[in-house]
Amino acid sequence: MSETKKGKLALYWAASCGGCEIAVLAINEKILDVAALFDIVFWPVAVDAKVRDVEKMPDASIDVCLFNGGIRTSEQEYMAQLLRRKSKVLVAFGSCAHEGCIPGLANGNNRRQIFDTAYRETPSTENPENIEPQPKSQVAEGTLHLPVFYNTVRTLNQTVPVDYYLPGCPPEADRIWDAITAIVEAKLPPPGSVIGADTTVCQECPRKRNEKKIKKFYRTWEIIPDEETCLLEQGILCCGIATRAGCGARCPGVNSPCIGCYGANEGAQDFGARLMTALASVIDSDDPQEIDRIIREGIPDPVGSFYRFSLAASQLRRRRLPV
Amino acid sequence: MSETPNAQADSAPEGDSPIFSAQKSGQSSEYKPRVAAFLCNWCSYTASDLAGTARIHYSPNVRIIRVMCSGRVDPTFVLKSFALGADGVLIAGCHPGDCHYIDQNYKTMRRYTMLRYFVEQMGIEPDRLRLVWASAAEGQYLADSITGFVEDLKKLGPLNWKANWEENGERAKALEDIVHEHAEAMEVQP
Repeated sequence: MSETKKGKLALYWAASCGGCEIAVLAINEKILDVAALFDIVFWPVAVDAKVRDVEKMPDASIDVCLFNGGIRTSEQEYMAQLLRRKSKVLVAFGSCAHEGCIPGLANGNNRRQIFDTAYRETPSTENPENIEPQPKSQVAEGTLHLPVFYNTVRTLNQTVPVDYYLPGCPPEADRIWDAITAIVEAKLPPPGSVIGADTTVCQECPRKRNEKKIKKFYRTWEIIPDEETCLLEQGILCCGIATRAGCGARCPGVNSPCIGCYGANEGAQDFGARLMTALASVIDSDDPQEIDRIIREGIPDPVGSFYRFSLAASQLRRRRLPV
Repeated sequence: MSETPNAQADSAPEGDSPIFSAQKSGQSSEYKPRVAAFLCNWCSYTASDLAGTARIHYSPNVRIIRVMCSGRVDPTFVLKSFALGADGVLIAGCHPGDCHYIDQNYKTMRRYTMLRYFVEQMGIEPDRLRLVWASAAEGQYLADSITGFVEDLKKLGPLNWKANWEENGERAKALEDIVHEHAEAMEVQP
């Protein structure tokens, strides 16, 4: 990309917390370099451009779109399709777009259950008329529309084809800058690649590792871990063994177990299944009853523990819907 | 760097995976459970061979996949089988203590326990997953185990996992509506 002709950059958010938007700014003063290289044509958080402006752009006229967030509503799906059409390179930015992340954990419930919790059951909710969002409501001035709320959160690549993935909740500033540099210098890996490391968090973790044998899993509040030994060896469910590197092992670095926000490592098709494989291997028992007890006592929420960031991207994607 | 999981999940044509395509829904009203069976090379696959040469009858609902060891069965295989349309998954290996690879079938035992606990929270009956120890001499026992498993799956009914991902046909309609709403509100031609 020459300096005379700037590239066009779009950023969008769907079902996400907004942290990825802030992560873009975590590259600090380098954001000025980004502004020098790209015209930001669409970024609802920071730039005043409307959806209608994007709709009027020619197809494939945006050079790069960084899309964060999963697909929870029809509007988000529409925007994913629109930005796919208008962009040359679509990047699933952050864990939500990549693997569903925390919003994807709602795949343990369906729309009815989520609405019941949000609009009726929480102690702070007062809703005597049982009002909840409707896709269409009739008012004196005409019909008002809201997007349809889906039962299942989808990842971006379950919705539209994606060119690159930038994992993390949120992606680390250095990795974001790596990706931007790769785009600008046209040194991108083959389409479909995850831009990041192809090893696990254990590789970056400075803790001492020996042979692992676990008789009991501890939850984080049940134990004060030794600061030098591998957390998993101490019986704490640390997801580092299955999680892609790239964060610099920040959580184990402050005596807190990895929770898996960088998602499945290269080649793994299901994060939680890989974690189960590894965890089961280190349980120190050959007696089926004792194995069952160790697992049930130590891991009260297997879905939330094994798939905290990747339920929507897992093989099963969601809990079975009630019939 | 390779492809990310599930990249083509939704672009694949609707319907069943080739491995489970023998029975199409609607072809017969009778429910025939589809079972993915992972059999270890040294004991259980040999047991199924024995069952074959001895002309022992067992349910034809099973699709046998040979693996070198039951310890090779990654939980991904099991979950992927359910996602692709299996109604049940059978894992069979050497008896504990008899593993060709010393003690890998103990890992299978632990993974199986963990998987049953996990799939239960996902709403899948844990009995859709079964672990059988069958030595190379136990052709009859393996055949009986397969037939018994299929009988139990008939009681549980079809799983049809992919139906959980559909939005009751709401998606296409909702997207069409949005295009028209935008056209109305924003003077953009759909």
